Parts: sequence; C-alpha cells; structure tokens
Amino acid sequence: MTADGTLLLKDVTIRLGDKTLIDGLSLAVPPGKIVTVMGPSGSGKSTLLSWVCGSAIPAFAIDGGLKLDGLDISHLPLEARRVGILFQDDLLFPHLSVAGNLAFGIPRGVSPGERAKRVAEALAEAEMPGFEDRDPATLSGGQRARIALMRTLLAEPKALLLDEPFSRLDAALRDRIRRFTFDHAMERGLPTLLVTHDPDDAAAAGGPIIEIDIAPC
Amino acid sequence: MLRWFPALTLVLFLGPVAAGLVGTWAPAFGFLPSLGGHGLTLEPWRQLFAQPGLGTSLALTLGTGFAATLISLGIVLGFLASCHGMRPVVVVRKLLAPLLAVPHVAVAVGFAFLASPSGWAARLVSPWATGWDRPPDIASVPDPIGIALVCGLVLKETPFLLLITLGALGQTTADRTLAVARSLGYGPATAWLKTVLPLIWPQIRLPVFAVLAFSLSVVDMALILAPGTPPPLAPRILRWFNDPELSNQFLAAAGASLQFLLVAGSIALLYGGERLVAMLGRRWIAAGGRGHSGRIARRAGMMAMLLMFATGLAGILGMAIWSLARRWRWPDALPSAWTTENWSRQADALIWPGWTTVTVAVAAALIAIALVLGCLENEQRNGVAPGSRVLWLIYAPLLAPQIGFLFGVQVLFVSAGLDGEWAALVWGHLLFVLPYVFLALADPWRRLDERYSRGARALGASPNRVFWRIKLPMLLRPVLFALAVGFAVSVGEYLPTVFTGGGRFATLTTEAVSLASGGDRRVIGVYGFLQALLPWAGFMLAIGLPAWFYRDRRGMKVFAT
Amino acid sequence: MRWTAGLVAVFLFTLATPAVAQQELDWGQVTQKARGQEVFWNAWGGDERINAYIAWVGKRVKAEYGVTLRHVKLADTAEAVRKVLAEKTAGRNEGGTIDLIWINGENFKAMKDQDLLFGPFAEQLPNFRYVDVENKPTTRLDFTVPTDGLEAPWGMAKLNFIHDSAVVTTPPRGISGFLEHAKANPGRVAYPAPPDFIGTTFLKQALYELATDPAVLQQPPGDNFDAVTRPLWAWLDALTPHLWRSGKDYPKNGPALIQLLDDSEVDFAISFYPAEASSAIADGKLPKTARTFVLDRGTIGNTHFVAIPYNANAREGAMVVADFLMSPEAQARKENPEHWGDNTVLAMGKLDAAGRKLFDELPRGAATLAPDELGPTLPEPHPGWMTRIEEQWLSRYGS
Repeated sequence: MTADGTLLLKDVTIRLGDKTLIDGLSLAVPPGKIVTVMGPSGSGKSTLLSWVCGSAIPAFAIDGGLKLDGLDISHLPLEARRVGILFQDDLLFPHLSVAGNLAFGIPRGVSPGERAKRVAEALAEAEMPGFEDRDPATLSGGQRARIALMRTLLAEPKALLLDEPFSRLDAALRDRIRRFTFDHAMERGLPTLLVTHDPDDAAAAGGPIIEIDIAPC
Repeated sequence: MLRWFPALTLVLFLGPVAAGLVGTWAPAFGFLPSLGGHGLTLEPWRQLFAQPGLGTSLALTLGTGFAATLISLGIVLGFLASCHGMRPVVVVRKLLAPLLAVPHVAVAVGFAFLASPSGWAARLVSPWATGWDRPPDIASVPDPIGIALVCGLVLKETPFLLLITLGALGQTTADRTLAVARSLGYGPATAWLKTVLPLIWPQIRLPVFAVLAFSLSVVDMALILAPGTPPPLAPRILRWFNDPELSNQFLAAAGASLQFLLVAGSIALLYGGERLVAMLGRRWIAAGGRGHSGRIARRAGMMAMLLMFATGLAGILGMAIWSLARRWRWPDALPSAWTTENWSRQADALIWPGWTTVTVAVAAALIAIALVLGCLENEQRNGVAPGSRVLWLIYAPLLAPQIGFLFGVQVLFVSAGLDGEWAALVWGHLLFVLPYVFLALADPWRRLDERYSRGARALGASPNRVFWRIKLPMLLRPVLFALAVGFAVSVGEYLPTVFTGGGRFATLTTEAVSLASGGDRRVIGVYGFLQALLPWAGFMLAIGLPAWFYRDRRGMKVFAT
Repeated sequence: MRWTAGLVAVFLFTLATPAVAQQELDWGQVTQKARGQEVFWNAWGGDERINAYIAWVGKRVKAEYGVTLRHVKLADTAEAVRKVLAEKTAGRNEGGTIDLIWINGENFKAMKDQDLLFGPFAEQLPNFRYVDVENKPTTRLDFTVPTDGLEAPWGMAKLNFIHDSAVVTTPPRGISGFLEHAKANPGRVAYPAPPDFIGTTFLKQALYELATDPAVLQQPPGDNFDAVTRPLWAWLDALTPHLWRSGKDYPKNGPALIQLLDDSEVDFAISFYPAEASSAIADGKLPKTARTFVLDRGTIGNTHFVAIPYNANAREGAMVVADFLMSPEAQARKENPEHWGDNTVLAMGKLDAAGRKLFDELPRGAATLAPDELGPTLPEPHPGWMTRIEEQWLSRYGS
C-alpha cells in the first residue's frame, strides 16, 4: 500500500462482552471521498469512530488494522494520528474566544503572526470576518458549527471523522452546514468517514454507504 | 509519574493514620521507651477505668454525639422531605455557604455569646420580659448534661449534611420519582421519605457516619461548650495528655484507644440502627399509607431549619458586635459605646497566629489540590474506574477520631525530632484537608464532558496540554472552590495544630480556644470573627475570581458549581 | 547516636554547672549571638492586656536586638514544665522547643529540683543591677525557694479584690467575710478553679487566714498537712454550695471573673495587679464605680520570673529578652495601668533621673489603692503546700 492519502480499515471486529457488534468490517476511504456508515443506535458505529480517532473505549474489545496514508496508526496516541473529528455538539471551548478556539487547532511551532493570519483566513472562509474576540457562547448555531469545522481543519488533519455532526441543527441550517462541511473536506482532499442515521446526510455525501445492523443476541 | 499519585496520596494520607494508631495503642499497653515504658501491661487501662467520673464522661460523650447526629439528620431530612423543590430550599441553599465556611470554634464561641446567662439572647429580653435585673445563676453554657454542646454541633453539622444531601439529590431522578409517587396519591413528605430517601441514603451514609465520629470525639467545641467537671472523654484525654505528670501519657494513650473503640462501636451501632430502620421502613412503605398534605410537616421542617440558620448567623453577628464594643453592659441589647480599638490593639498579637493560619492553610490546600488533581487525572487517563471501597479510604481520617491517632502521630514526630516543624504542621492539616478537597472536586471533574478532551487531542494537543489548557481553565471554578474548602478546613483545625505543632505554632483557632472560656469577650469576638471571616474571604475569592476572569464568557456559567 | 547524645548531655551539664557559668557573662557576645534567633516564650496567655504587652516586648526586642519573639500561650504553666521534662526523658538535650518560661512557685521548684533549668544567669544580666533585692526579698526567694540566679525577676504581684461600689457598699474585710456574703447572696461569689494561679492564691489566702499558726506554712508540709489544712476544707465545704453555679462550675481565670463582675453575675473579682481595677475601667471592662479592696490582715504577695530551660534552642536570645524585661522602659510600661498595672521589681533609688521620670509620670487611676492603703504583704507558703492542696481540691470539688 502506498502513501496515497487513503484511510484504510481492515477486518475490524468490535465486541461488547460476548456480543459481536461489528464483524470483520473492511473499507477504504480515498482522499476527497466521503464514506457513510449507517445504522441504528447501539450498532457500534460511534464506537468504530472512537476507535479510528484513538480514544480509549474500555468496555469494548476491538481488533483490526488501521492505516492512514500508508502508515499504521492503530498504535499511535490520539493526538499523533492527525485525524480530525466533529461531534453532534460543536464543543467549542467556552473559556476561549473564537480566535482562541481556532488557534488551539494550529500546530505548535507556527509563529504568532502566522497564527493570527491563519485564524483571520479561516474566519473569512467561514464568512465570519472580524469575529476573533467574540465569546463563542454568543454565536448562532450555524456560526458555531462552522467555527468547529474550521478549528478541526486548522489542525491540518489527514482524515476527517464526522459523528452525526448535523443532527442537532434545525432543518434549514442543516443543509447549508452539510454542504459547507463536505465542500471543505473534498476541497482539501480529506478521506472522510461519516456516521449518521439520517438518510439525507448519506445522500448528500454522495459516496458509498455501509449499513450495519444491530447484532442478533 | 502520574501513576504514582494514588499511591503517594494514600501513603501521605493513610500512612499517618495507621502509624498514629500504632503509636497510640502501644503506649496504651505500656510501651513507650522514651518514657521508660518497655513492657506489656494493662496498668494504663486499670488506671483509666479507675478515673473518677469516667462513667459520666462516657455517658456525656455518647449522649451528645448521638443526639447531635440524629438531630442534625432529622432537621435535614425533615426539611427536605417537606420542602423539596420549593422556594425555601432555594433560599437555604444560598445561605448555606457562609454557615458552612465558619469554623467549629467560631460557631461555638458565637453560640456561647448568644446563649450564656448574660448572653445576647437574655439581654434582648431582660429585664422587661424576664424580670432579671441581674443575669440568672443558671448553668446554660456550659450546662451539666451537654445540651449546649449538642446545639453547637447541630449548628455546624446540619449545613454539612444539607450540602451532602442536596448534592446526592442532584445526582438522582428525585424530581420524577417524587412526581410519580405523588400522582399515586402520596402526600409530599410521605412520598419523599418513601421514595427519595431510599434512593439517596447510600450516598449520605458515610457523611452521616463522619458526623457521628466527629461529634463523639470533638475537642475544640467541647472545651468551650461542654461541662468541665467531668468533661466528655475527648477533651479529658487532652487534659491527661497535657498533665504535668509525665506518667499520665500512658493513661492518655489508653483513653485515646478507648475513644477509638467508642467511635468504632458507635458507628457499628448506627449501622445496625440503619438496618433496623430500613427493615421497618420497607414494611411502612409496603403498607401504602399516603400521608397528609404535609402543611404541618412543612411548617415544622422550615421552622427547624430557619431557627438553625438564625442562631448560627446571630452567633457570628454577636461576635462581630462584641469585637466593636467598647462598653456593653448587662442588660443593654447593644453596646453603649463602640470602638475599633479592640482590633487595632490586637494587631501586633494577631500577626503571627494570623500568618501561621493563612500560610499553613494555603500550603495544605495547594498540596491537597495537586494530589487530588493528580489522582483524578490518572483515573481518566489510565481508565481506572473508582470503586466504592476507595471512598471508605478517603473517609478514613474523618471516621477515625482525631485524638485516637494524633496522639500516636505526635509520639512518632517527637521521636523523629519533627514536632514543632512547619512542615509537620502542614502535614497534620493535610490529613483532614485532603478528604474534603477530594469530595469537593471529584464530582465536577468527573462530570466534565469527556469529548472536550477527546476533541482537543484530535486537534493535536498532548494530554498534558489538554490538562493545562482545556480542563483546568474550564474547571477553574470547582478547582478554586475545592481550594477554598481545603483552606476553610485547615483554618478551623484545632487538634492537628496542638499535636503536630509541638506547641510552637499558634493559629487563630488555637488562640480562640484558649481565650474562649476566660477573658475579654471583645477580644474573643475579634479572634472568633476573624476566624469566621478568613474562610468567607476564601470562598468569596473562589467565586469572584472566575466570575471576573470569565466575565466575557457566557458559556462558562454552565460550569458553575 | 545515643553515645553522642550522652556526650552532649555531659557537655551541657558542664556548661550549666555554677562554677563555669558564674564567670562574668560576655554581654557583647550574648547580644551578638542572639541576633537573628527565634525565641519561643511559653507564657500564660489568659489575659489580653498581658498578651498585648508581650507582643509589644516582641516588637521592641526585634528592633533593638534583632530577636524574634514568639509568644506560646499556655493555659497553665505546668504544660511547659511537662514539655521540658518530656524532652529530657526523650533525650532531646539540645534544640528544645521552649526558650523562655514565665514561671514562679511550684513550677519553678519542680524545674529546679529536676535540673531542667539553664543558669545561673539572672544576676549577671546588665539590668539586674536595678532590681530592689534589699526591700523586695521575694525577687531572690521564690515561695521560700532560693532562685540561685536560675530565674530573672519580672514583676511584683499582690492579691487584691475588686467590687462594684454601686452594688456592694461594704466588701468583706477578711476571708471569712466571703462566706457570709455568699450565704446572704447565693451565687454571687466565685473564684477561678485551680490550677489557675488566681484561684490557687485565693485558696492560699484562705489557708493563711484560717490556719492556727501560719508560720508553719514557710516550711514544707509533712505529717501536719491534714491538721493545718482542716480549717480550710471546713470553710470550703461551707462555702461551695453558695458559690456561683453552686460550685458545679468555676470561672477559668482572673479575666473571666472580671467579665462576670461586669455582667453583674458575681459581686467580686480577684486580681494580682494593684492597678487592675483602674486599668479595667479605663478599658471599658468595668463600670466607673468599680473599686479595689484588700483584707485587714494583709494579702499574699509574690514575685514572678522568667527562666530558661536547660535545652533551650535560643539561649542567648532568651537572655536578651529576660534582660529587656528588667529594663526601666519595660518595667515602667508594665506598671502603667493603661498597659498592665503590675508593680515593678526595680528600686527607684537605683535608677538614674531619666529612669525615675518614666515611673513618676505614670497615671494611678481612681480605683487604685495608694501604696500605704494596700496593707501588709503576706509571704507565699512553701510550694509543697499548694501542690497537695491542688490535688485535694480537684478530688473534692473538681469532678
């Protein structure tokens, strides 16, 4: 396998106790493509995402191979995997300003001047120029969602995980934010894995759809 | 590095308790080489049981301890059962912090000022209502059977139990449970006792035991409020310990061991009582009685709580007034002449104990918070799930009677040449500060949405960076609150200062105790009020700093405790 | 380790033997060593004015000699005796936790008897030359026990009583008068519980007045103890039921009794300092009608001292403080009713003009008796009496 930017899952099995939730799932997400995983709650799809991004999930037993851009990342700690994740909630840090939130994503070693520049660019891209000093709690839902995405992108990830990121938004907003997110992911050529139970999300993603069912007891 | 925190904490924390117990029990059986005791003998126990009035002391100890615990618990449960979800609870919750922050000694002094025969209460109604043109010759504070001590303890323990119970209620589905029960036709108080109490009891059991253990072995309050001829067991042990006759050290050690047995036995008794009540309670619940509308119960519950708060706050106010009085003669309701001289003249004398109080409290609180944060962070990073056994360990220094092991700690310190060192004093305080800091911080820390740190790490931040940049700032308020709790606990400590300070260190608390039963009320007022003021100042800072710091961050209000 | 401790003990013992220490003290060297030392002074802390005075001493010795004074407040001086004894038993022969003790009477005797004191040093202190050893023999004879330079005199105390002249017009003139007053006014007479020194002195006063031959009190008690003290117990047995709180509770100390007098709970307060009533009036602690009275046959008087434990950590600093306490400046402030009101140990004739002026300018106060009205001073009994009386008192009335 060469370093072509693909996110690769091989033979992933997730067990909870003696119950197998996902059995031998393999999939490849090429750069700039969105693969959607669909399934009811309890099917293990969120656990799958947690495993890909690298957070500890004590109760589950998970096996399988995980490669990103040709590198085995399954043993790397979370912060070294360069996998960005967006949750249902935007989870902006309430104690930091908008600029503080965005700058938190910029890798260390970037000079202060350059950081400020990147923050300003990201705000412009989010159509929120001049929002640097705002309190995130004063933003609208759509603004918050865009800042959350920008923060993730500023960290220069090599893949993007989306954990039902649009389900909390109201219908009118959902479309626009979805488009905004997908466009940015594709523009940057990120392999993107989307977990959702909303068929509209899957349709908009336009990529392959993998359905997982609740495992029989 | 982080993995060592739990072990380190336990060593710092249970090590002294265990060592102190050994150092107490050994002399109780005659082994204390530095005083020429090498043998194994029952002589100290024989001497102990031959003490005149020991039976009275024990009866006084048990009577006041159980009465204070059960009355405090009764007020809290009665109040919450009858007023759950209503305005009085909201009001009382706001008033809780100031009373909770006041050290035991200040509460005791305040109560004594209020309730003694020449106290404020009698002054307010004399002579026009009572006909007393001179204070009556009644032993009210202290009184022969310890009622004053029980009152003092209730003033201090009710707010503590209320806080714990409110916390426990917040973690359950009490509101919905109550709604269901009431829709089945149960009166509000009955519904609360039958459905909510069983839900929260497991979480308030240990604090209730801690209250019992404390009430049975309290020394500082007893020195001020309990009768002296003979006093309850704990202050009597301190008296033997301070006796010029060195051989009485063995007697004191035997007494301290007896105190330990007494507390252990009482906790066992309360545990048994709990089982019995639970058994009868199940039958009572199964019988299906619906109870009444609860208006009378509500009035009684509110009155008891109100009286408690009014007394506590009036005591503090009384101290403040005395500290500003120049002349306040019986039966004037207020001073006839005022002055600030009591404060200015004490300034020189206050500096050293004040400085010791503040520095020791700050050091103990900071060390405690560092250890607790280390433990909690380790728990989250290494996925260690805390068991309920750990909680028992944390409560251990609160359940064991202080005098039962501080005696041994002191013996060890003296033989190691450590007594009278500042570090030893801080350690002695840390022992009691740590559990409270842990209890104050563990819940908010564990409740923080774990996805914040996951998200931060996905952005490339190391666990350390996440700790310093995300968790700590987001939890600034509970962290500072826990610091303030630790500070307040340390400010109020009496026995640890006496035993580990080697007599070289005076704090506002030790000064207030030594002044309290004699001397100038105006000066006692200065010490008592200042002692109450320091923890208040700590809590004000803990609440005010983050509010100011995050004044432009609306989202931080969600994280308020 | 034990061997070194032994050596240290021998060394210290050599230091402490009179032969060596009797040599002239090199005061310059003492003050030089004292600079920067921290002196832990264990002193009874029951009276706020005295505590404030000690805090003032701390400020002065800090400024003058660079000595940091720490007042360790005791409820009972015996605590300090016990502590030094415990340190000696544990082998802590240097670096002790106590540097200076406010002491006299039985506590001094106990420490002297058990070799727990450093010295002699007192009579070599520069300011000792002002002490009135001729007319105030108790400055060298503490409760009949020779001080031998092991403690430095600090103040002169004389038992006196305070009443509110607006309430009690004719106070008792002898100790038996207190029993009559108590019978007529139940609950209005009280004395602090021993071992508080005001309480014990009140008992000594009673013992002295009630004993058939007070002269025997100057000798240690022997087989005659029961016979000599029998009238005292009979008197106490009669008095106790009529006491404040029916004798079931006692005020803790002298200041507590003054508070009770001000509250009108009791009719008399007891004091050791002749100017205490004036001082308390000036301070707002007693009504302006408060007055001092003494008893016709005289009252007990004594001297109180400071001593240095044998294992004191800051011995030089302690000596500097002891010396400062005997200075005209410190003694005049101590005699001033605004600060304390305790009589000086110094002889006016030995002071220079400036020193005498300090004393001449002192206010006296309306409630203070003139020196010739204070009546005769009765000598303290031998400490052995009080030790045994305290024990008996505790078992009879204490619990």
